[in-house]
Amino acid sequence: MRWNRELLGIAIGVGLSAGLTGTSVAAEETYIPLVSKGFQHQFWQAVRSGAEQAGKDYKVKVTFEGPESEAMVDKQIDMLAAALAKKPNAIGFAALDSKAAIPLLKKAQAAKIPVVAFDSGVDSDIPVTTATTDNLAAAGLAADKMAELIGKSGEVAVVVHDQTSRTGIDRRDGFLNRIKSTYPNIKVVSVQYGGGDQLKSTEITKSILQANPNIKGIFGANEGSAIGVLNGAKEMKRKIVIIGYDSGKQQKAAIRDGSMAGAITQNPVGIGYKTVEAAVKALKGEKLPKVIDTGFYWYDKKNIDDPKIAAVLYD
Amino acid sequence: MSDPTALQRAKASLFSPSTRQKLLAFGSLVGLMVFFSVASPSFMQMDNMVGILQATAVNGVLAIGCTFVIITGGIDLSVGTLMTFCAVMAGVFLTYWGLPFPVGVAAAIFFGALSGFVSGVLIAKLKIPPFIATLGMMLLLKGLSLVISGTKPIYFNDTPEFPSISQDSLIGYFLPGLPIPNAVLILFLVAILSSLILNKTVLGSYTFALGSNEEAVRLSGVNVDRWKIIIYSLNGAICGVAGLLIASRLNSAQPALGQGYELDAIAAVVIGGTSLSGGAGTILGTIIGAFIMSVLTNGLRILSVAQEWQTVVTGVIIILAVYADLLRKRK
Repeated sequence: MRWNRELLGIAIGVGLSAGLTGTSVAAEETYIPLVSKGFQHQFWQAVRSGAEQAGKDYKVKVTFEGPESEAMVDKQIDMLAAALAKKPNAIGFAALDSKAAIPLLKKAQAAKIPVVAFDSGVDSDIPVTTATTDNLAAAGLAADKMAELIGKSGEVAVVVHDQTSRTGIDRRDGFLNRIKSTYPNIKVVSVQYGGGDQLKSTEITKSILQANPNIKGIFGANEGSAIGVLNGAKEMKRKIVIIGYDSGKQQKAAIRDGSMAGAITQNPVGIGYKTVEAAVKALKGEKLPKVIDTGFYWYDKKNIDDPKIAAVLYD
Repeated sequence: MSDPTALQRAKASLFSPSTRQKLLAFGSLVGLMVFFSVASPSFMQMDNMVGILQATAVNGVLAIGCTFVIITGGIDLSVGTLMTFCAVMAGVFLTYWGLPFPVGVAAAIFFGALSGFVSGVLIAKLKIPPFIATLGMMLLLKGLSLVISGTKPIYFNDTPEFPSISQDSLIGYFLPGLPIPNAVLILFLVAILSSLILNKTVLGSYTFALGSNEEAVRLSGVNVDRWKIIIYSLNGAICGVAGLLIASRLNSAQPALGQGYELDAIAAVVIGGTSLSGGAGTILGTIIGAFIMSVLTNGLRILSVAQEWQTVVTGVIIILAVYADLLRKRK
């Protein structure tokens, strides 16, 4: 039976060394861990690649971690705690629930570790800056494009991922406010919430189309919502103007074949890059603005292969 | 040497299957700690050790509850969302209704026990297989948490003593050098009480008996259904404690959280040597299992192992732990 234990020990060793190859941290190197809201979603992988690029450019070591789902607030706190235990020079943090993270952020502040918030803000003055998309302005641009494509009059609707998250609220309001202030002949007949779930958003879209035979266009406020709108219109065999948000394989294909008019893309690579860049600047003692706008773009069939656009899209 | 029988007996008990399993699990834990300490100077630091203890508390308590159920040969998939439901109920009592702090604590444990009771009735009386009954409860409780909270986190801002349940340190108050958070103290209290229940009470004896041979227990005239319901209710109450711990740590009840936590808890139980087919298991083993999981997660993070690989390694460890256990049983 002794060999059982040995077997386990050996196997653990092998397993660990397989995962460890080439990842140990040199002591003098500047180290900046990023704790994100997610990990598996392609959006976050794009943020990660931007952060790693900045790590190369500024010669700092960057690591990127996030919980499996955006509900796992406590797992994210554990990640932040482990990141702080490594005594980093600076830290990047996208809070799932900023109130829950305050004790640890205070600890970082006490240890003079600059915190750069990214993606969504942290309700506190601890972060030295926040690198994020101006979602209000981005959704405003979506409204402008919608108006242009439907001839500045008629009925439209919005399918949003949720009414509680910052991005959901900002994208909805950005779109609605722009329509209200600039396009008096456009009427928003329905605003519905599909949780970012493709299937649920499809059902919602079908009921909107059913109830509004004259509708000219629908804005889907995130990737899942946009795909849902697309599927719903397809199933109902209705030709409407669809505007999406973010990218992903399906959305890109729909824009190429014309079933989707276009979409707003954030710059996830830029979010990652600017976060690390801001951290490096903070370490040098440079003054930073309160918010760093990481930018957004409109893309459609015509410019989807433009290198500047292609660089920020993900599959 | 003068008393060979005593020596033999000592040897026999040292190498008895259950002792060996505990040694195996404990040896793996120590091995992991030594490995990480050598690999990174940041690992064996007070701050990080406290972090590991803190990170183990919730999963450890859930796993203790699961240990009872798994020893009976059952399973409970609802523990994660049940924990969340209890946290939300504490939020309803404390934040929505403004009731005093102890009432909120009692409410969380009461609703935990009540949900466990419902699972127990579904399994014992309606004869729904535990896997399905608790799968249903998992979804039901997840939905209820979202409905009751209006899908928004409930913050405990009006109950200043609430965060102290898990964040303050009673041990640190007496021993300033040892700032071990109360969550850990509660984990060990729950562990000791559960160990006593499992080993020293009739409830414990029936827990093992149900897992070994339910039919024999029934034929000997024991009210099997009643004991099953009691065991699931106890598990629910323990999940209520976990709900208080997590809500207190986050100073909020997060209604969307919880799904997936049951698998971590079951993994800890199994790594700790409790058999999924029932009849055997220990609380100590479960605690060691929970620590193996959090030491592994934390250590891999400290070493900055890519997250994809962290998941791979954790999976490998679970498979190895169960395989080692099987090898032991075959001998």
